[in-house]
Formats: sequence, structure tokens, C-alpha cells
Amino acid sequence: MSQAEAIYALWLREFKVFTREKSRIVSSIFTPMLWIFVFGGGLGSAINIGNVNYQIFIYPGILVMSVLFSSVFFGVYVIWDRKIDILKAILVAPLSRTTIFVGKVLGGCTDSMIQALIMLLVSFILGIYLTVSSFLLAITILFLLALSLVSTGLIIGSLMESPEGFNMIISFLIFPLFFFSGALFPIDNLPIWLSFITYINPVTYGVDALRMAIIGVSQFPLYVDLIVLTGFAVVMFTIGTRTFERMK
Amino acid sequence: MDNAIKTINLTKKFKDITAVEDLNVEIKQGEIFGLLGPNGAGKTTTISMLCTILKPTEGSAQVNGYDILKEPEKVRKSIGIVFQQPSVDDILTGLENLRLHAMWYGVPKETRKNRIDEVLELVGLQSRQNSLVKTYSGGMRRRLELARGLLHLPNVLFLDEPTLGLDPQTREHIWKYIEKMSREREMTIVLTTHYMEEADNLCDRVAIIDQGKIVVMDAPDSLKEKVGGDIVYLKTTAADTNKFKEIEEVSKIEKKDDCIILTVKNAGEHLQEILEISGKVERVEVRSASLEDVFINYTGKEIRAETGEGGIVQRIIKERTVR
Ligand SMILES: Nc1ncnc2c1ncn2[C@@H]1O[C@H](COP(=O)(O)OP(=O)(O)OP(=O)(O)O)[C@@H](O)[C@H]1O
Ligand SMILES: [Mg+2]
Repeated sequence: MSQAEAIYALWLREFKVFTREKSRIVSSIFTPMLWIFVFGGGLGSAINIGNVNYQIFIYPGILVMSVLFSSVFFGVYVIWDRKIDILKAILVAPLSRTTIFVGKVLGGCTDSMIQALIMLLVSFILGIYLTVSSFLLAITILFLLALSLVSTGLIIGSLMESPEGFNMIISFLIFPLFFFSGALFPIDNLPIWLSFITYINPVTYGVDALRMAIIGVSQFPLYVDLIVLTGFAVVMFTIGTRTFERMK
Repeated sequence: MDNAIKTINLTKKFKDITAVEDLNVEIKQGEIFGLLGPNGAGKTTTISMLCTILKPTEGSAQVNGYDILKEPEKVRKSIGIVFQQPSVDDILTGLENLRLHAMWYGVPKETRKNRIDEVLELVGLQSRQNSLVKTYSGGMRRRLELARGLLHLPNVLFLDEPTLGLDPQTREHIWKYIEKMSREREMTIVLTTHYMEEADNLCDRVAIIDQGKIVVMDAPDSLKEKVGGDIVYLKTTAADTNKFKEIEEVSKIEKKDDCIILTVKNAGEHLQEILEISGKVERVEVRSASLEDVFINYTGKEIRAETGEGGIVQRIIKERTVR
């Protein structure tokens, strides 16, 4: 009953803030565009992977990157909310911590998914034609990723006191997650150490599944990817609710 | 219900500082209760514990019959709070802030709009309700905050320095509304303040706290009575302070720099005698005892630098010479 409405209200707040801070969306889309058109376009003029042009090959990886960055960075707003005392007003309201966490997660996922949708439109420019089912599959994969990564960001944000500290932790986390995900190179022929790190990185399975959905090539069977992604989401979401429960 | 709030040895320690020590207070339903004390006395810490934001290190408390440690969510549902630090959302409009708050507190849909209009009118923000809060002045934010605290008609309302930085008209307006809420809805109100006159005008009972402990607690009038009379300031270097003891009504004599401060019952009637003893004075000031004097009386300190604010100056005689 009222918990659903409370979650809606928490989400609404995040959504309104998002729509009013246009710079958030512009900056989060700018970098992926550079990767696709400059890096991808440049290397793509010379390189094919299998029989896929390099620019097309990294496009799913860059989609994942944009969701990865915006989702994890969403956690920093918890720190700002705390700094300007808005968090205190939310914590003193008769809402369970789980409710607050769910509201925040949905807010963060909405931000990320709006960016993902804009990025998906780029497929037309690249000459990729998505069927309805591959589009829906892509959305599902990106949502699962956003769910786990927003949770991750919120966990870190709720434990940190300063935005500077958050940014430091994040750069140690986000770049490895990105570079060791196979977003930029195929993962079937890697040296042992690299392939080990790549295989234990959950983001890898997001890239792999998305590549399957968008260009029809992949390393693992789709169901394996989806199981890993779902498991990752469940784990991070659970840890997130626990962390919020303890947050002071 | 008899007690809206009851604390039992409520204590909060931060590392080496004891912010609140063994607090035992009972506040009745419908009472307006004031916490008066200097900076760092522990007022905010006390309120934070009562609204479940901080956990006490020892002791406990009940708010609206719910234990703050065992049933924090029920406590939170039944209270409203206006924080000392502003906590409204800058990037939303005033109206949006109130709407979200109404949903968080489960204010029923049917009454929501009426309640919002009512509190907006109270604080005089209707015309600015659709502006972003970041375009508000400090006082307007404060008023929005107050509107938000009242929106869901809580049983107990905590106000941490509610009128800090407000202009006199708005302050009085808000005092009136606080009184109305307490009278008509039996709302219990706990407020902290630095303004003596605020505590005096508004509160049924006041607890003076200093260094985390209650020094004295009573109705403002009884507290002032305990001072033992009116306060007379004499600016003079000449007088022999001991001679004032001859007047029976003088209960306290104090010398401070070039001033003599007397506590005198019905000072107005004894001014002649006092001035005869003092001889030539540069300046005389008579006023009735204020909570400030109560504070000085019990702690030996002034609550803040400007003494006498809030006291009623009955008569000022300047450069007056008595034979
Ligand atoms: N989070 C904290 N960590 C450490 N010490 C704290 C903390 N919060 C408060 N204190 C200390 O506890 C004491 C009481 O602080 P509190 O904020 O309750 O005072 P106050 O009566 O509200 O003062 P003011 O009138 O300035 O608002 C102070 O000595 C303060 O330094
Ligand atoms: Mg305070």
C-alpha cells in the first residue's frame, strides 16, 4: 500500500533531479560516443574481428560501458544527499531502509536506461538493424546490469563520507571492470592470466550477451550469460539492502 | 495517553565528549516543551535520539508510547521534525517537496491537497510554491521546512531552532500557529531555542540544559520567580555594596566591572531607597527577571554575549543624580 507509493515518491525525486540536471546526461553520453566514432571508427577502418567490423564489434561493449559508468556513479549522489542533509530527512521518514534502497535503485536504473536507450538509437547510424526481440533482449540485459551496478554504486556511496573518496574507489573499480570485460577485444584467445580475470568479471557476461543480442556472436551460451547476470544482480541487491539497513 | 515522551537515563557519548548525560524527562501530551541552553549543550543530540536518528549509548526513551530502540519505525511515523540544518531539496520546487513528503508519510490522497494548501498558506509561500527551492531566501527555506514538519499532523513535533533567522512578523505568526496546533490538536511540541522570549512566550515548561545535563526544569514563570525578584543595574563606581543588604527585599548583590547588579523583589517600589544608598549613578536599569537571569543564576554563565535581551526594560534613567 503506502510502501509502493513511498517507493514511487523516492523514485520520482530521483527522476526529477535527473531531468533537471541536463549536464548529467550529456556528459554520460559524450564519452561513449567518442569511443564508438573515434576509437571504433578509426580502428574499424583497418580491422575486422572475424567477419565483423571493429566498430560494430565494440558497439555492444561501449553500450555496456555507458551503463557501467552511469550506474556506478549514481552512488555518489547518496554522499551529496548526506552532505546537504536531504538524506537525514529521508532517513527520519517512516520508511524502511529496504524501501529507501529500492527507491534509489529504481531511480538510478531509470537514469541508466534512458542513456542506454539513446545509445541504442546509435545502432541505426552504424547500420545495425535490431529486430523487436533482439531489442527487448538488449534492454533486459542492460537492465540486469544497471540493477547490479547501481546497487554496487549505492553500497559504496553509503559507506563513504566524501565524494573524493568515492571517486577514488570508483576509478579503481570501474576501469578494471571495463577493460577486463572483453568490451574492446575478443576473449577466446587470451593469455591465461587475462582470461582468468575476464572470466570472473560479471560485466564480461553482460558484454557477451549483448553482443549476441545485437550482432549475433558470443563466447558463452546466452543462458549462461543470463544466469550470471541475474545472480550478480540478486547478490548486489541483497548486499545493498543489508548495507542500507546498517547505514547511520 | 499521559506522557507523550519519557526518557530514562538517556545518555549519548561521542568518544571523549558526553553530549547528553542521564536525561530523565517526562513530557505530557499537548505540552509545549522548551530545551534552552548554550551552543553545544546537547539540545540537538537529545532531539536526534528521540527521533531515532542517533542511538543512545545508554538509557532509552519512549515517544508516543513506542520505544525508540525497539520500535523506531513507529516512532518515526508519529513524529514530525524541523532540523536545525535546512534539509529541503534545492532542486525541487516547494510544492514538490511537500508532495513527496506527504507520500513518504502516507498522508491520504484525499486530504493531501488540502493539507499542502493549508501549510503553504500558514508560512506564506503559496505564491512561490512553484519556484525551485534554490531560488528561495534563507527564511523562506526555513518556512518551507516548518510547513513540511506540520504537513502530516504528527503527534509530537520536534523543532530544532524553528525561528532562527526569521523576521519578527513571521516568527510571531509561527508562534501563533504552534500554539494553535498544541491547543486544538493536542500536538506535543518540543522545541530548542536560543531566543529567551520564544521559550518564555511559547513554552508551558522549559528545561535549561548545560553540558548535557538538565540544570532546572519548570514553567517559565516559576523559573523566573525562583530568581527572587527584578533585576536592577546600577552603573556606578562609588557605592559600598554591603549597604544594600539593609533593604530586606534585596536578595542578591553582585559586582561586575563598574556595575552593581541587584536582585530585588518589587524593585519599582524600592528604587528610591536603592538610589539613596548608591549615591551618584551614571545609569540605572530596572527590568523584570528573564529566563536569561534564570540561566545565569543556575549555571553562573550567560547563555550568550548580549545580556538582557528579551527582558522588559521597565525604566531607564540616564545620568540621573540623586542627592
Ligand atoms: N557527530 C558528533 N560527533 C562528535 N561530537 C558531536 C557530534 N554531534 C555533536 N557532538 C558534540 O556534542 C555536544 C552537543 O552538541 P549538540 O549539537 O547537541 O549541541 P546543541 O545544544 O544543539 O548546540 P547548538 O545550540 O549549537 O545547536 C557538542 O559538544 C558537540 O561538539
Ligand atoms: Mg543544536
